[in-house]
Amino acid sequence: MKIRFAYILPLLAVLAASCRKDNYDPPQARLHGRLVYQGQGIPVEYNQVPFQLYQFGFGKVGPVSNTTFTQDGTYSVLLFEGEYKLTVPNGQGPFLWKKLPDGRPDSIAVNISGDLQLDLEVTPFYMIRNVNMRAASGKVTATFALEKIVNGADGRNVERVNLYINKTAFVSSGGDYSIASSQKNAGAITDPASVSMEVTVPALVPAQSYIFARVGLKLQGVEDMIFSPVIKINL
Amino acid sequence: MKKILSIILLASMFAGGCKPESEFLTVDPTNILNNEQAFNDPALVLSMLANFYNRQSDFSTVKNWESMSDFSESFPSQNGGPKSIVERNQWDFGFWSTWDYTLIRELNLFLQRLNAATRLKDEDKKRFTAEGRFLRAYYYFEMVKRMGGVPLILEPMTWDYKGDPTYLRHARATEAAMYDFVIAEMQAIRNDLPADVNVKSRASRGAALAMECRAALYAGSIAKYGGLTPSVSLPGGEVGIPAAKAQDYYTKSLAAAQLLIAGTAGTYGLYMRNADLSENFAALFYDKVSNPESIFIEDFKLKSGKVHGFTQVNQPRFGAEEEEGGRINPSLNLVQAFEKLDNTFAPLPIRDGAGNPIYYNTQAEIFAGRDARLAGTVMLPGTSFKRRQVDIWAGYVLADGSVITGDDRGSQKTLPGQTQPVQVVGFDGPIHGKEFTAQSGFYLRKYLDPTVGSGSRGTGSEVPFIRYRYAEVLLNAAEAAFELGQPGVAAGYMNQVRERAGLIVPLGAGDINLGRIMHERRAELSFEGHIVFDQKRWRNAHVLWDGVPMNEADLLSNIGSPAKHNTQPYSLWPYKIHHPGSPTHGKWMYRIIKSPLVTGTNRFRLGNYYSFINNDIRSNNPKIVPNPNQD
Repeated sequence: MKIRFAYILPLLAVLAASCRKDNYDPPQARLHGRLVYQGQGIPVEYNQVPFQLYQFGFGKVGPVSNTTFTQDGTYSVLLFEGEYKLTVPNGQGPFLWKKLPDGRPDSIAVNISGDLQLDLEVTPFYMIRNVNMRAASGKVTATFALEKIVNGADGRNVERVNLYINKTAFVSSGGDYSIASSQKNAGAITDPASVSMEVTVPALVPAQSYIFARVGLKLQGVEDMIFSPVIKINL
Repeated sequence: MKKILSIILLASMFAGGCKPESEFLTVDPTNILNNEQAFNDPALVLSMLANFYNRQSDFSTVKNWESMSDFSESFPSQNGGPKSIVERNQWDFGFWSTWDYTLIRELNLFLQRLNAATRLKDEDKKRFTAEGRFLRAYYYFEMVKRMGGVPLILEPMTWDYKGDPTYLRHARATEAAMYDFVIAEMQAIRNDLPADVNVKSRASRGAALAMECRAALYAGSIAKYGGLTPSVSLPGGEVGIPAAKAQDYYTKSLAAAQLLIAGTAGTYGLYMRNADLSENFAALFYDKVSNPESIFIEDFKLKSGKVHGFTQVNQPRFGAEEEEGGRINPSLNLVQAFEKLDNTFAPLPIRDGAGNPIYYNTQAEIFAGRDARLAGTVMLPGTSFKRRQVDIWAGYVLADGSVITGDDRGSQKTLPGQTQPVQVVGFDGPIHGKEFTAQSGFYLRKYLDPTVGSGSRGTGSEVPFIRYRYAEVLLNAAEAAFELGQPGVAAGYMNQVRERAGLIVPLGAGDINLGRIMHERRAELSFEGHIVFDQKRWRNAHVLWDGVPMNEADLLSNIGSPAKHNTQPYSLWPYKIHHPGSPTHGKWMYRIIKSPLVTGTNRFRLGNYYSFINNDIRSNNPKIVPNPNQD
C-alpha cells in the first residue's frame, strides 16, 4: 500500500495538538504545615491521624484529599489553586478539634494560590515534656513529664505510656515501626511530672551503632497516641 | 385456472393478514417468561429462589479460603497476594463491607409479584414467601453485622423519570431496628417453613430459629458491651444499641435457642457417629448423610457445576491430587489455645523447667491429652489425610543444637558421619516462603473432603459450607443464659458441646465467664466465619488485635484469656534429632518460630468496627451518615 503523507501529517498534527488540549497541568500549589500547641509541634503516630480537604461544587460528597499526618505531626499536599476546607474527622487525633454546635467537626477555609504554610492550632489532651533519653549498658532509659492540658469534662486520663525503639527513624507501635518496646500502665506512674522507663536493646542485625527512640502516651477513650519527638541515640 | 388459483391464494393471504391492529404486534416472546407465567409455576418460582440462595453473602466460606486465613489464626501459605495478610499493619476501613441493594430490590420484587400470583397452591405460596423473607432478612443481617444500620427497604422502589430522585433516598435505620427486623421476620415466617431436619440447603423452621437466636444474641451483646467503646456509636443510633435493651435481646435469643433445642423444628442434635472424637469432629463437616447437626448450609454437588475447590487449595501438599494445596496453615496461637482434658490452658511442652528441649518418640505425642477438636480442626504433624501421613518436619538437629535442613520439599543432604545423602526436610515443609508447604507446621483439617478426587481441579468437592449448626445454637444459648444471670444453665449447654470434644470434666456454674464463652466459640467455631463478628459484638476486637508485635513470652502467657493479644501468627516446627549414640537419637523436638515473612501486625482500629460506606453511595444518597472513627 502506498503511504499517503498528505493524510498522515495532518493526523499527527491533530494527535500532537490534542495531547496539549486534553491534559491538565499537575497540581502545583503546596499546602503544608504542622500540628501545634502554643508553638510546640505535636508528634503523632505515622499513618494514623487523618485530615481531609473538601471542595465545593462537584455534586459529590466526600473529601478530595484524604490522607494522614506524618509522625512529626506535619502534613503537606499538592493542590490545584482554589478554595478548600480542611478538617480532621470526628474522633481522630489525640487532641481536641473545634466542633460545630451539632457535634460535627469544624473546618478551616483554605484559599490557596501558590505555596501556603498553615499550622493547625489544636489542644492536645496531654503533652509530653522534657524528654531526656540516654543509652547505657544495652538499655535505653527515658525520663519525661506528662502534663495534662485538657481538664474538666473533655479531659482524658492516662491509660499507659510506651517507650519504643527502632532501627530506623520511623518509630511507633506497629509491626515494622519498633524492634522493642516497654510499657508502663497508669497505675505504675506515681508522679506524672517525672516518669522514667527503660527498654533493653535487642541484637541489631545488621549491627548499627545508633538507635531511634520515642515515647508514646495512650489515653483512655482516645484511639490515637501522643508521641514525643524521635530522638537518635548513639549506643 | 392458474389465474383463479393465484387470486384465491392472494385473497386468502390478505384474509389471514387482516388481524385487528391492536393484536397485530402482540406477540408473546419466546425467550422471556412474563411475570404471570413465572409466578404461577412452582418449579419456576423455585428456580428464582435458587438464584437468591446462590447470591447470599457469607464470610469465610469454602468458596474463599483467603477470608478464612486472616486474624493470626493461620498463616497464608501462598506467595503473591494472600501473603499480604501477614504483611499489612491494619485493615482498611472498607474491609468486610457489603452493599448489594440489587439483591434487596430483586427480593422485594419477588415478594411483591409472588403475592400477586393467583394460580399457585396456597401451601406453595406460603413457603415461597417465607423463603423470600428469610433470604431478605439473611442479607440484612449480614449487612448490619458489617455496616451497622442501613436503609431498610421492604418495597421495590420505582423511578418516575421526573428527574428528582429525592423520594428514593432513605436514611439508615438504627442498628437496633435492623436486629428487631430480623428477629420479627424470623418469628413471623417460621411456622410457614417445614420443620424438617433434612431441609438444609433451603430455609427451614430450624434455620429461622437459629438465625433469630444468633441475631438476638448479637444485638444483646452490642447493647451490653457497647459501653466499652463509647466512641463506636452514632447519635442517631445507626451504630450502637442502648444498654437497656440487652436483657430483652438475650431473653429472645435464649427462647429461640430453647425452642430449637426442645425439638420443635425437628430433632437436631450434635453429630456423634465415630468413637474417635477428632475424626468425628472432622466428619461433622463432610458427612452429608442426614447429618443431625447442620441446620442451614450452602450445599454443593459433584457433577452439577456447583462444586468448590477448598480441598484442592488446602490439601496436604505431599501426595496432593494437584500440584498445589496447603494454603491455610493454622497458627501455633490457635493450636496451643485448645484446652487440656482437665479444662486448663497450657502451652505445648517443648522445653522442661531448665530450658532444655523435651524429646518425643513420635511427632504426635506433644499434642496428646488435648481437646479433640484440635486434631479435628488442624492437621497435626504425624497424622494422616487420605491414608497418607503428612510429612511435616523442618530438619535434623545435631548434638550441638545446629540444624541441617534444605530449601526445597524433601531435599537431601549428607549428615555428619554418613556418606550417602538423606532427606533432611519433609515433603510438606515447613520451609519459609515455600508456598503450599505447612509453613506454620500445620495444615487445616476442617472442611477437607476425604473423597478421592476432591483435591483435583476437574472434580472438586461437594462438602457443604455450614452456616448454622446445632453446636453454635447451644453456645448461643449458653452465652444468652450466662448474660441473663443463669450460669448453671449456661454450663449445661456448654458441657454438651465440650463432652463431644472429649472434655468430660464438666464445667460448673462458677466456671462460666465471658472469657470461657469466648474461648469455647473459638475452639468450636474456628474458621467458620465467626471470629471477627464475635469479637466485634463483644467490642473486644481492638484489644485482641491491638497492632503490637508479639514475642515468644507474649505468645506463651495468658493462654485462653480474652485480653491476650493475637497480632502475628507463630509457627511450631518439628525437628528430628541426629545424635548417634545418644538416647535422644531419632527422637523429635519442637521449636517455636516466627516466620520472617510475618512483618505486619493485626491492628483493629475503632473505625473497623463498622465498615466504611463509600463516598459514591453517600454522594448518591446524602441521607446516609458515615460510620464513626473513619476518615
